[in-house]
Amino acid sequence: MKAAVVVFPGSNRERDVARALRLSGAEVTIVWHTETELPAGTDLAVLPGGFSYGDYLRCGAIAGRAHAMDAVRAHAARGGLVLGICNGFQILCESGLLPGVLMRNVNRRFICHRQTLRVERTDTAFTRAYARHQVIDVCVAHGEGNYFADPETLARIEGEGRVAFRYCDAAGGLTVEANRNGSLNAIAGIYSEARNVLGLMPHPENFVEGLVGGTDGRGLFESLAKAA
Amino acid sequence: MKARVTVTLKTGVLDPQGKAIEGALRSLGITGIAGVRQGKFFEVEVDAADEAAAEATVKAACDRLLANTVVENYRVEIAR
Repeated sequence: MKAAVVVFPGSNRERDVARALRLSGAEVTIVWHTETELPAGTDLAVLPGGFSYGDYLRCGAIAGRAHAMDAVRAHAARGGLVLGICNGFQILCESGLLPGVLMRNVNRRFICHRQTLRVERTDTAFTRAYARHQVIDVCVAHGEGNYFADPETLARIEGEGRVAFRYCDAAGGLTVEANRNGSLNAIAGIYSEARNVLGLMPHPENFVEGLVGGTDGRGLFESLAKAA
Repeated sequence: MKARVTVTLKTGVLDPQGKAIEGALRSLGITGIAGVRQGKFFEVEVDAADEAAAEATVKAACDRLLANTVVENYRVEIAR
């Protein structure tokens, strides 16, 4: 598995995601946003978390139009894997690689806490190491994670089974309290139509080692490592 | 030529910032305000031959960057 982590001015989680990928056996290259091509043989392009361009205009709006995103778009069109975490998810939505938009959290606060998620399906390159409807314990840290799409788009996403993760309580219940940012249908992450692009707000890369609190994020990177 | 662009949230899209401002106005004792929606305003200097060309350029800028048309509407005015 060859992974390319694309870094923009203001990205700040690239080293954590690179570490999580390497722990699962991936070979990782860091790519600056001005590059017009991904390294030859890239299997997975990763857009890490952070605050690209200081969240100016809209979160992910400026990064979504960077040169490197043309390369990421071409990679996705060839069926290549793309993972966007937190700001990376916002960038994927802004670049048109995923539908919808991440709005300001409904409680208007930056939220930063442990969060349980329900894994919606396990037949994708990102989630094979999990069990269906498994509840995983990871983290969230964002001010704009409130997933929104127009009713038609939302119906299409649900109809095509493109929800990857939903915010849930410890027992897997989709409660209002568990969905703290106010996302429609408790959506924490979605796939592209071909399921080769995944965007999610939570940070699985935070929980890959017991020393820092948990290992439930590891399944995502292990799934990816086995995917190519 | 100068263009003025106003970007606003579409009807029905929740605006937590607008709601917070509404609450702050109420706490200031300013009554008679039924609702606040927050948007963005851009002043754009356009190098164009005529108004139609300027408008086309600014609309392209709105569609491709200034507005996210999933949740936002925009209005372009070319200053005369």
